Amino acid sequence: MIKRNLPFATVAVIALVAAPLLLEPFRLGLLAKYLCYAIVALGIGLAWGKGGMLTLGQGVFFGLGGYSMAMYLKLTEAGGGLPDFMVWSGVERLPALWAPFANPVFALAMAVVGPVVIALILGTLVFRQRVRGAYFAILTQALAAAMVILLVGQQGLTGGTNGMTNFFELFGQDLAEDSTQRLLYLVVAGVLGVLYLATRQLVNSRYGRLLVAVRDGEDRVRFLGYDPALVKTVTFAVSAGMAGLAGALFVPVVGIISPALLGVVPSLELVVAVAVGGRHALAGAVLGAVVMGYARTAFSEQFADGWLYLQGALFILVMTLAPKGIVGIAGRLRRARAT
Amino acid sequence: MRISRPIVSALAVGALVSALAACGSDAKPAAESKEIKVGLLHSLSGTMAISEVTVRDAELLAIDEINKAGGVLGKKLVPVVEDGASDWPTFAEKATKLIRQDKVATVFGGWTSASRKAMLPVFERYKALLWYPVQYEGLESSPYIFYTGATTNQQIIPGLDYLKEQGKKKLFLVGSDYVFPRTANKIIKAYAAANGMEILGEEYTPLGHTEYSTLVNKVMQAKPDAVFNTLNGDSNVAFFKQLKSAGASAQTMPVLSVSIAEEEVTGIGVDNIVGQPVAWNYYQTTDTPANDAFVKAYKAKYGQNKVTSDPMEAGYNAVYLWAEAVKKAGTTEVEAVKKAAPGISLERPEGQVTIDGENQHMYKTARIGVIQPDGLIKQVWDSGKPIKPDPYLKGYSWAAGLAAGK
Amino acid sequence: MSAFVNQLPIGLSIGAVLLLIALGLTFTFGQMGVINMAHGEFIMAGAYTAFLLQDLVLALPVAFLVAGVMGLILERAAIRHFYGRPLDTLLLTWGVSLVLQQLARDLFGAPNVQVPAPSWLSGGLGILPYNRLFIMGLAVAGVVAVWLYLTRTGLGRRTQAVVQNRQLAATSGIDTGRVDMLTFFIGSGLAGVAGVALTLIGPVGPALGTYYIVDAFLVVVAGGLGQLRGAVLAAIGLGLLNSYAEFWSDASLAKVIVFAVIIAFLQVRPQGLFVLRSRVLT
Repeated sequence: MIKRNLPFATVAVIALVAAPLLLEPFRLGLLAKYLCYAIVALGIGLAWGKGGMLTLGQGVFFGLGGYSMAMYLKLTEAGGGLPDFMVWSGVERLPALWAPFANPVFALAMAVVGPVVIALILGTLVFRQRVRGAYFAILTQALAAAMVILLVGQQGLTGGTNGMTNFFELFGQDLAEDSTQRLLYLVVAGVLGVLYLATRQLVNSRYGRLLVAVRDGEDRVRFLGYDPALVKTVTFAVSAGMAGLAGALFVPVVGIISPALLGVVPSLELVVAVAVGGRHALAGAVLGAVVMGYARTAFSEQFADGWLYLQGALFILVMTLAPKGIVGIAGRLRRARAT
Repeated sequence: MRISRPIVSALAVGALVSALAACGSDAKPAAESKEIKVGLLHSLSGTMAISEVTVRDAELLAIDEINKAGGVLGKKLVPVVEDGASDWPTFAEKATKLIRQDKVATVFGGWTSASRKAMLPVFERYKALLWYPVQYEGLESSPYIFYTGATTNQQIIPGLDYLKEQGKKKLFLVGSDYVFPRTANKIIKAYAAANGMEILGEEYTPLGHTEYSTLVNKVMQAKPDAVFNTLNGDSNVAFFKQLKSAGASAQTMPVLSVSIAEEEVTGIGVDNIVGQPVAWNYYQTTDTPANDAFVKAYKAKYGQNKVTSDPMEAGYNAVYLWAEAVKKAGTTEVEAVKKAAPGISLERPEGQVTIDGENQHMYKTARIGVIQPDGLIKQVWDSGKPIKPDPYLKGYSWAAGLAAGK
Repeated sequence: MSAFVNQLPIGLSIGAVLLLIALGLTFTFGQMGVINMAHGEFIMAGAYTAFLLQDLVLALPVAFLVAGVMGLILERAAIRHFYGRPLDTLLLTWGVSLVLQQLARDLFGAPNVQVPAPSWLSGGLGILPYNRLFIMGLAVAGVVAVWLYLTRTGLGRRTQAVVQNRQLAATSGIDTGRVDMLTFFIGSGLAGVAGVALTLIGPVGPALGTYYIVDAFLVVVAGGLGQLRGAVLAAIGLGLLNSYAEFWSDASLAKVIVFAVIIAFLQVRPQGLFVLRSRVLT
């Protein structure tokens, strides 16, 4: 048990102690952003890697979480008045939908409950009808596309394409302060650590083995008397909840939420990250999100035009040569050295 | 298969942290050097790259010219170029990097309203300067942003004045679904109500929408005198192609556009848009000595087949206006530059441009042009003199209800 | 009222566009189960072929070849290693699509380019311009050609055999590898033809493929995997739905409505309009 948790502890110490000490605030903020994506990736690793459900609409849940948080932040900032974007969108009274989000507990709860409920409904509808594989992937992708159109179209309610930005404080803390940002980073890293451990526990439980069995032979599991639809729906909901929570953390860290963050492309990019890291291992998902996030920043700072080439090429290479991702390559190296 | 995955990730996280830390260490203090760093932040990739790359090129041209003339305060300008990647949060991230890590004196950047709104809190938080070069929807005046493109009363309202002069009484509004078209159409509706014009319809389509047959049908059935078009980007191509094949003509039903400049005409196809009016402050054909020099220099640097457009000119101006303010202030320090800027007046390609002290927008001349068979735009109307910027439309009684809350 | 009546032919013409962009997918996705996210970029390749030739009619066969060969290369170089792993091909081809988009940007520049429409396509019949009628005609021709190919030629029948039961087909002496190659060639080629037609109504630029890819997949999903008649009905149905939904509301809401209807529809018919009956257990 100790041996098993030692690597995790090492990562945790580096992430929680070394990073905040070594990194300047701007870079630490970036790392916090990658870790938010890593939380989403963890959910994808669970749903896709373990459960075989390729969800291309994770951005939708991320967005729901992000918007819930952003609504709360906007309302505190407006202090009883109207949020800035409503003023220039010509909205005169606060929409009823917004009112309860003035309560931080409600907003945070909604960030997780909202995605979970939607995933439960969608999952029940879709998995009961045994829609799976490619169909599910395309449906979730269409969901992401529709969500963006809906958000953009309701400018008075959501801020339209601009989304929401210009947040000043969270729970009385000035968001511009480096100390607040450092604290936020620690919260994000902590949440990720806890979720990682919890997900690992889940995967190693009876339920986790059932999930993998559903992935590998859904009909066989059904013949054994289990309900694969239920297992899948619950897993999908858990991954949606993680994405929602990540979205809620993302907003104060990055300071903006907009439809561009949750459409087809960002949703796919997260799946790419998971594949690059290694979808069969939860750690691979987390690693992939952080590495791809970093690669993107580094690349666009050096030569912007090449990013699409690199991303595309990386993807083709990983899928053809190393379908198990970085984790798989590392494992192969270890085995090669051992023999 | 037993792999100790966490060890791998531990190594990776460690490597990443050190990589990130290394990135931060190359920032040198700017004060001692003989250089002034300025940031250029536009989308060099993604959907907005088409437009924004040209603005960056125009800004680089201005920096070159200023350096050749001896620089600013005896120091050379060094551009630090970053990519906003057509993604608003990236704009905020890169703006933070330019300010905090590169410690640039000022930033020239942005195109979409969304990118400006995303950057605004960053510039206000760190008290840094942004020069924003594109026409926009108004209702904003940040103390840390200078707006060198038109606000609504220098583009939309002159466009409406022009249509009114032409006797167009019934309008149809077509726009992409985002902030600028929605705000512009609010203003248009208020203007119409006050000027006895009628709005027959108001339609929005998602960004990147390409199926316009239904919308064209709605427009054709409504039979407006003119269409006011605030569509953006690729949608314009689809809209004009499909409008033309439905038999609409610029003579009977002109479509006045506020987001189509010289750059976009080729992609839409000159045949599809020839004779249609547009509203801007500058055209490649604008007849001023400064413009002759600008067009010649731009073509010499980037190729004879290149065209110049309004946002490019506004970006080009921004660099000169900032340099002038720095010279006047004797320092690149932000507050001093802000204090020196009001009243600075330069002869630019579009004519005289003056910085307004009140809202940090520019006095600009409004111009209506018509698209010619060669793809260039010929001016047919102008406002005669530079118009005072009025982002909140305080000077228009009919617009009283629009900027509620400010 | 006349506007209302007009929406009928408009809906049909939207359906024709949908059918044209999805026709190639009924091959690659429908017949082979390959989710080719680069399908949109093959459409783009067709459009750029029309731009290079500056001649719409000549471009139709050439674009078929160009896009077809691109598809062939993709199939031989990568996709054939992925049969039976549809989700992996999805991600792989997405990488390919990114590279192709950037390649187009580097080759042809980021701004849109212009393909002149032939003069005989200007004007129109009633509400529908000639170019829309041309697209409808092209879609009908495409469907007929595909149908003839699948049912009247030996190769086509072999393709269907492979779709229905790959192992059995292989055992019966069908060279499944060759069938796959050919199917992918035709599917990609049809995307190229669609691209040429789209130059009549839409922008021609590096992002072209991204505008159509989701719609194309929805048509195939709603129509049922590998079902030509399903795709035809789904395209027409979605076209009409889109046209009337947009007529009564607006373009944004219409897209959302179309999506909601597809989800609801899949509740009733989870495998799409027409199902390929099979006893294969997954």
